[in-house]
Amino acid sequence: MKLIQGNEACALGAIDAGCTFYAGYPITPASEIMEWMARLLPQKNGTFIQMEDEIGSIAAIIGASWSGAKTMTATSGPGFSLMQENLGYASMTETPCVIVNSQRGGPSTGLPTLPSQGDVMQARWGTHGDHPIIVLTTSSVLDTYEMTVTAFNLSEAYRIPVVLLLDATISHMRENIEIPKMEIIDRKRPVNIAGFLPFADETFLPFGEGEQKVVTGLAHGEDGLPRASDGENAEAMLRRSFQRMEDHIDDILHYKTEHLDDAEMLIISYGITSRASKAAVQMLRKEGICTGLLDMQTLWPFPEKLIKELAGNVRGILVPELNLGQMIMPVKAAVEGAVPVKSLTRADGELFTPGEIAEAVMEMTDSRVCVEVPKGNNQLNGGNHHA
Amino acid sequence: MPKTGQDLSKYLRQEMMPNVWCPGCGHGNITRGLLTSLERLQLPLNQVVVIGGIGCSGRTPFYVNTNAMHTTHGRALAFATGTKLGNPNLTVITTMGDGDTAAIGGNHFIHACRRNIDITALVFNNSIYGMTGGQAAPTTPNGEKSTTTMYGNIDQSFDVINLALAAGATFVARTTTFDFQDIPNMITRAIQHPGFSVVEILGQCPTYYGRINKLGDASQMLDYEKDLTIPQEYVSREEMIGKKPIGIFREEIRPEYTQQYQSIRKKAGVKHDS
Repeated sequence: MKLIQGNEACALGAIDAGCTFYAGYPITPASEIMEWMARLLPQKNGTFIQMEDEIGSIAAIIGASWSGAKTMTATSGPGFSLMQENLGYASMTETPCVIVNSQRGGPSTGLPTLPSQGDVMQARWGTHGDHPIIVLTTSSVLDTYEMTVTAFNLSEAYRIPVVLLLDATISHMRENIEIPKMEIIDRKRPVNIAGFLPFADETFLPFGEGEQKVVTGLAHGEDGLPRASDGENAEAMLRRSFQRMEDHIDDILHYKTEHLDDAEMLIISYGITSRASKAAVQMLRKEGICTGLLDMQTLWPFPEKLIKELAGNVRGILVPELNLGQMIMPVKAAVEGAVPVKSLTRADGELFTPGEIAEAVMEMTDSRVCVEVPKGNNQLNGGNHHA
Repeated sequence: MPKTGQDLSKYLRQEMMPNVWCPGCGHGNITRGLLTSLERLQLPLNQVVVIGGIGCSGRTPFYVNTNAMHTTHGRALAFATGTKLGNPNLTVITTMGDGDTAAIGGNHFIHACRRNIDITALVFNNSIYGMTGGQAAPTTPNGEKSTTTMYGNIDQSFDVINLALAAGATFVARTTTFDFQDIPNMITRAIQHPGFSVVEILGQCPTYYGRINKLGDASQMLDYEKDLTIPQEYVSREEMIGKKPIGIFREEIRPEYTQQYQSIRKKAGVKHDS
């Protein structure tokens, strides 16, 4: 067991995932990730650089990824906003890289540095244009270690940039963790180096190996050459990238569940809020209200099918989040009006208490019939999921 | 003296021809200079990465048959910094316009100079924003016209050479497209220099800068460049007035960034996993 901070767990996860290059710019509450990487990377024969700003930081990790490095940067809201243009470039050029955003209250300089979940929509839609992206989040120090490794694994496997959302509380809290042994995935190399098409699929060769490559943020063909006036090709390439996520959706979607077997009421939450939700579930069950929890670790692509399926088994859904109501929108879209969906929000830099969440669920139901059932008789009875 | 009319076609990415540049554009002269340097240096083309920003100059990587990275506006040097650190064995060259260098990318430019990382920055300075239609650049001279300074530019222009010298670049040179035989000499020396190199090439944009400021066609603009510049080694203060010096302004050896990082690894005590 090791008592470590969330940001330290993120850095350790990155190192264990095989990260060899970090570029960043200091910002609270993410700076400790950078300090740990500055310390650890040179020990591992890797490279750390403090860039002149966050725009340069994400540019450098994309540049280094094309030299073959596994790369990461970390920031908070204002820096994440600055990174958006090049995040789109990473997506367009199918560049494996991990961008950590430890969320603090926004907009602008906002509440430095109180926790927030205000960047969940920006993480999906912050850069212009349709673009494939994977967004993960975490609710504990151990979770942060595991999701950091997962972020690298998914980014390397599918050549899609991965955003990992922490928040000021997760970043700075300390918990005892046992570092788990996790599978590490590296980017796939093509079978044939001669004639390799750099944008045909998820296989990858860095600069310096094989033939000269062309990389551009312009719409391009499988050979990488720009096809900036060929809209049909541009749309086909975009749809193909989305299809790659869809083809591996079971690998990409990570979530945890509690008491879904007998749940009449469902709490859907993510990140730091899931800790209070978990405690609220226990409080509610003692009150006789059969409540279950879906803790989303993958926010994007959104677990639409799962939520639609779960909505069929419950009488109401509560979505608590530390913003003015963001993930409630895709939840409502997935539920399609099948059951009432209620939003519980706060953006004052404070966390929810379990009591606040429990109370909000109680307001949604008169049922007091829940009987505690023994765990383990249903695969959705609790635990971690991904296929 | 370099041969003219040399066949450099193997250094050109033929499938990208014809290029996007207007007739008479100076970027072709500069690109020919780069191709000539590649021929002289005989570097394996897959070990060279040419990284461009956005604008007319940003298209250069597409035309050079090396690895090419066409990035975002102003960020070429930040991408290049990652690429060089990720694999210091690669030869990394950036092609940037005056906007890339001194406006939107000014921050990256001065910090790359300060770090002395072994990258060659080619600055295509045509005093105007060409691709977007002739707006003022940070290098548009005071008093001159553009589509956003139709009454005359009240801004002072940046001198890219002084900027690079002040920020700490270790190889700093300026030439012009009039001195086209000098371009490959400068670029070759810059690539060979073990540190951050800046070569500013003053070039003509007859389509916008020339037309708006009534400087004539491409050949008349080359004459204008000749009259505007003066080799810096022969210049007295009086001769300098109203002129831009050309030549090599600094060539010095200072510890290079990726080399210095090796010593950081030693200090950190590189621990290899078994």
